[in-house]
Amino acid sequence: MTAEATALSGPRFPVARLRGPLILLLVILASYAVIAFGAGEQAPAQFINAVTIGALYALIALGYTMVYGIIELINFAHGEIFMCGSFVSWSVITTMGITGAITDIPRLVIVLVVVFLISMLVMGVVGVIIERFAYRRLRNAPRLAPLITAIGVSFILQNIISVGISNSVVTIPQLIPNTKLDFGVFSISVINVFVIALALALMVALHLFITQTRLGTAMRSTAMDREAAQLMGVNINTTIAITFFIGSALAGAAGVVQGLYIGVTVFNIGFNYGLKAFTAAVLGGIGNTTGAVLGGFVIGFLEVISQVYGYANWSEAVVFGALVAVLIFRPTGILGQQLADRA
Amino acid sequence: MTATSTVPPRRPSPIGRIRAFFGGHQSLAIIAGAAVVLLVLPQIALLPPFSGFGTQKDWVGGFSNAGVFVLLAVGLNVVVGLAGLLDLGYAAFFAIGAYTYAYGASPFLNLHIPFWIMLIVGAAVAAAFGILLGAPTLRLRGDYLAIVTLGFGEIVPVVILNANNYTNGTNGITGLAQPSAYGLFGVDGFGFSNPWPYFVTVVGIVMVTMILLYRLQDSRLGRAWVAIREDELAAASMGINTVTTKLLAFSIGATTSGLAGVFYASKLGVVTPDQFGFTVSFTALAMVVLGGMGNTLGVAAGAFVIYEIQSTGLKQLGQVVQSLHLPVVALGPIKVDIGSINFINYQYLLYGLALVGMMLLRPEGLFPSRRRRQELHEDTDEVAEFKSAETLEAIDR
Repeated sequence: MTAEATALSGPRFPVARLRGPLILLLVILASYAVIAFGAGEQAPAQFINAVTIGALYALIALGYTMVYGIIELINFAHGEIFMCGSFVSWSVITTMGITGAITDIPRLVIVLVVVFLISMLVMGVVGVIIERFAYRRLRNAPRLAPLITAIGVSFILQNIISVGISNSVVTIPQLIPNTKLDFGVFSISVINVFVIALALALMVALHLFITQTRLGTAMRSTAMDREAAQLMGVNINTTIAITFFIGSALAGAAGVVQGLYIGVTVFNIGFNYGLKAFTAAVLGGIGNTTGAVLGGFVIGFLEVISQVYGYANWSEAVVFGALVAVLIFRPTGILGQQLADRA
Repeated sequence: MTATSTVPPRRPSPIGRIRAFFGGHQSLAIIAGAAVVLLVLPQIALLPPFSGFGTQKDWVGGFSNAGVFVLLAVGLNVVVGLAGLLDLGYAAFFAIGAYTYAYGASPFLNLHIPFWIMLIVGAAVAAAFGILLGAPTLRLRGDYLAIVTLGFGEIVPVVILNANNYTNGTNGITGLAQPSAYGLFGVDGFGFSNPWPYFVTVVGIVMVTMILLYRLQDSRLGRAWVAIREDELAAASMGINTVTTKLLAFSIGATTSGLAGVFYASKLGVVTPDQFGFTVSFTALAMVVLGGMGNTLGVAAGAFVIYEIQSTGLKQLGQVVQSLHLPVVALGPIKVDIGSINFINYQYLLYGLALVGMMLLRPEGLFPSRRRRQELHEDTDEVAEFKSAETLEAIDR
């Protein structure tokens, strides 16, 4: 609640600004070495896979970290928003009557833009509605109350989907053709390029929004000190609603990516992804958007590494072990310039 | 509320006198309550409309399962209601208790330790896991506990599922021994076809647990829990070791869950990983919140009612609605056929709505503890201030 609480900004000093990218580079190199050791020939493909999954986790983790940064709430419903996003993309795609890959490039672009826009918009609005009705009234209540409503909302969303749409695995048509770009040394699927580029573009856009715009400044000031921000003329309710909108829209985009990349979704998928993305947010330093991205990639690498070494079933346990280890040894996360409240 | 409440000088009525007596002797009150439950509940099952839903034996078997959830809920109430910590992985300790019993009393490891010893062993093992998990996380803010327990609750079934060699994976461990009362008290003959001894046992376990929990609640430790819940900083300033105190609450919750697990495993005779999913933790949380966080008796009553509604009520509701032959309502393109709704599918949706609704409208629960209600409505003054600030803004404009 005080000044030491979360700031949604990147590091303040120019030298420190390079810390995030440097650590990311180190993580990438180390992970590549570990993957190469375990996967041999398959290493480049597995590495790309890890980056893609990492980008997916990073997109979800951003929502967790933004919401935590601004109202200090673990939004348990965030994983379900991601899941709902994948269902929205599924319904949009099937409504348009598409059943397989689209080879016509202009048409593919239009379809992708429509799917992403609708999914992000719908989930953003859902996020705002959830904040308005389930969290806003409890902003000054004891800490336990909003946590309980959050878990309640998560169950509501999950069961609306499971009762209303489907309680089994739903297959989402793969829009992007499965062609490979060959670079001689290695080849990479179009879908991987697309997912990674999209995720990076969204992250850069978010970063610019937070650091360069008035609304972004309002968000950062609200995260630092809500009362002071209010005194400076920031409309707290609008700012928090916008934070929820952006975070949920990113989760909606992640939901579409899930459909495009993995090709299936199911009503209880949000739980697992939510847990991993939250771990990513904590790993990077919760409240820190750069950290969330870093954490997302770390989790992606951890997961693929555990698969490469033949422990695919244990990837959740590995990620959970990472979460507990971070909380024991460095509760502020890898980048955490913000102090975790130990009270 | 507390055991020390003074007896009023003039006793208005015999009921008041009884209330005053039991107010001062909570343990006796709980024993009396357990006796009433033991004698009256099975008789209620014989009355219409309940007798129409199943035989007395079915009901008594159901009551034993309800007892498991009562036990889970009163244990979780210590963590959530008294200490104000959110534990979302409660089912993990339930699973640990159950698997401990499976290891100790089945052909799997060829051990045949008596149920009553395993009851204590299972609880102790669950408590040990509670301390292991709580020690690193309780130093941090409460939210972290919520997410770590959520993760733990998710991981334990995954580990059980994947560690095939040690847990038999998906198939679980079968052939768990039935308890034996050694012919004492005439309650012998535990068996799948005879639910009575289980019912008696679970009432006994719940009774002892509740006596202990009530004693704890009014002890120095219990007051420390409430102090931490209400204001952690102030409690720490008064010399309370917040980490140890929270850890004790957390592990006592885990212990109770372990007890419930041992009993549940002995009743079913088989343990599989899918019995201990997140829905169990969530159901227990809904029971605590609906019953009234912090009020052990309210939580126990809430747990019993919710369990009976979910196990019998929803099914019966579905059958009743079906028998009415309601017409299919068409809302535009959507056709709503109320008669074909399977109400059991809506169970968790209802819990979710109930949790959100309760937190927004009546955070103290259906059977509130007086103290908790005051605390949860503490912010009403702040709301008033906030409102007046808004009015000022409106005038400014």
